[in-house]
Amino acid sequence: MAPDLLTAENLQSGYGRIPILFGISLSIAEGEFIGILGHNGMGKSTLLRTLMGHIVPTGGSIHLAGRDVTRASPAARSRAGIGYVPQGRQIFPALSVMDNLRVGAAHQSPKQAKAIIDQVIEDLPRLKPILSRAGGVLSGGEQQILALARCLCAHPKLILLDEPTEGIQPSIIEEMKDTLKALARSRNLSILLVEQNLEFISDLATRVLVIKRGQLSGEIDPAKLHDADLAGEFLPA
Amino acid sequence: MTLSTFCRASGTHVALAAVAMLAAIVIFPKVAPLYTLINVTLYMSMGVFALSLALLWGYGGILCFGQSAFFGLGAYAYAIAAINFGDTTLASAFAIGIPALFAAGLGYFLFYGRLSDVYLGVITLTVTLILFKLINSTGGDAWRIGEARLGGFNGIPNTPLLTMPFTGIPLSPANLFTLACIALFATYALCKRLITTRFGRAVIAVRENEVRAELLGYNARRLKLAIFVISAGIAGLAGLLFANSVFVSPTMFSLSMAAQVLIWVVVGGLGTLFGPVAACFALQIAAAALGKLGLIDPNIVLGLVLVVFVVFVPGGIQPALAALLARILTPPRGSPGHMREEAAR
Repeated sequence: MAPDLLTAENLQSGYGRIPILFGISLSIAEGEFIGILGHNGMGKSTLLRTLMGHIVPTGGSIHLAGRDVTRASPAARSRAGIGYVPQGRQIFPALSVMDNLRVGAAHQSPKQAKAIIDQVIEDLPRLKPILSRAGGVLSGGEQQILALARCLCAHPKLILLDEPTEGIQPSIIEEMKDTLKALARSRNLSILLVEQNLEFISDLATRVLVIKRGQLSGEIDPAKLHDADLAGEFLPA
Repeated sequence: MTLSTFCRASGTHVALAAVAMLAAIVIFPKVAPLYTLINVTLYMSMGVFALSLALLWGYGGILCFGQSAFFGLGAYAYAIAAINFGDTTLASAFAIGIPALFAAGLGYFLFYGRLSDVYLGVITLTVTLILFKLINSTGGDAWRIGEARLGGFNGIPNTPLLTMPFTGIPLSPANLFTLACIALFATYALCKRLITTRFGRAVIAVRENEVRAELLGYNARRLKLAIFVISAGIAGLAGLLFANSVFVSPTMFSLSMAAQVLIWVVVGGLGTLFGPVAACFALQIAAAALGKLGLIDPNIVLGLVLVVFVVFVPGGIQPALAALLARILTPPRGSPGHMREEAAR
């Protein structure tokens, strides 16, 4: 069994005085692909944002490769190896695709950055013909791929993916699925995926955790997500 | 235009600017009357001032209402150091260093205090007005730093002119014009280069989306502080040139000076460098002409120009002209040129 890369214990956080997470404990092993499932407003995105340091936890602890990062800034966590692809992509629209990638390779030497960017473009060939285009003029699917590519440029060990299929056309979802599978395998990446697309999550995740009212309420076998009754429970009304 | 294509084009822009600068240095002092030469030197110093805010606001996304504080500080630092040390080369370093240091202190509290853009604007404006009031109240013998009397609202009329290094010979108006040309070109080239470096890309990323940039591992506060300090240093350099073209006075800290530079950047085009310099020249020439006519207060016209641009040309002169040029140069739909372009795409 691979060692744990990230461990969160009794994690609590929220927005101002409104608590959202009520003591979440989870661990992600190296190379593990975990899916998080839950209805809207249950704390899925808040969990990712807390793990990334965008929201400071009110309780509990987060360790990355044995190092306590509970109070570390998002920048420090990024440098430590956590990558985050937020909901809505949030690419830099005024920068070209290439510049978005360069910005992603923030902490590499110019030589390393070039090698990493070349590798990322090779892994995500859809970006190759659009490198000089502004991020803001890309389609939703291309922007999502760019967001993933930009995250990879920082050379992360763990990627936090927040609803990557939202508003994306089916052909690109399939392409993204294949890409994520290949990347996780070739780079031994750990991935924590928050998603409402059950087929996407069941095809990729090795474990699926269910979040309910800010707490992890159970685990589902990914294969069972194809079951219509079970699926109906998690699909948005 | 994307940043990459912009970077490719920037080499041409800088080369063109260099040619224009060389032509101006060689020809202008020989043909222009002294009054015009001094006036254009003054416009050049203001052009450097415009670049300081164009870089900070246009690329750093930081709307500083008090850029004139750094401008004035640069001029006063130069005058005080030159009077006390006698050496204007060292004083020039003070003109750039003191505003940069002041910006580092002020910026630390602004950015590390996580103040929002609105508060940042209000505080920088307040600091400028405090300095304006303070300098205005420094009349009398008690207000002096070493040998330099601050002079209250009269300013420091005996500001020593820049001298040739190692010789002590004061620069002639033609020499000052050449220096101002070189300073404007060097600042323009520096800003152009800066925005294409890793640091520049990171600053633009912070402007685009601060949270996202932080999540990618950038220290947004440090980057904002750095660009704030660089911009203050450039404003200080503009103050130094201004002090040598006219003289040092509290009006450098005034509200109208703070507003003028904002108008140049808005009219020239936010997110551009050439535009604000062009707007600075055009509006100053227009204001001088209006002032001569005496029919209307130039400040009213300046305000109207701002309103017109905000409403009708929100992108500013440079992007509007670029779009117009692109429209003229683009072959009409269905023409052989258009078909060739489509095929190439």
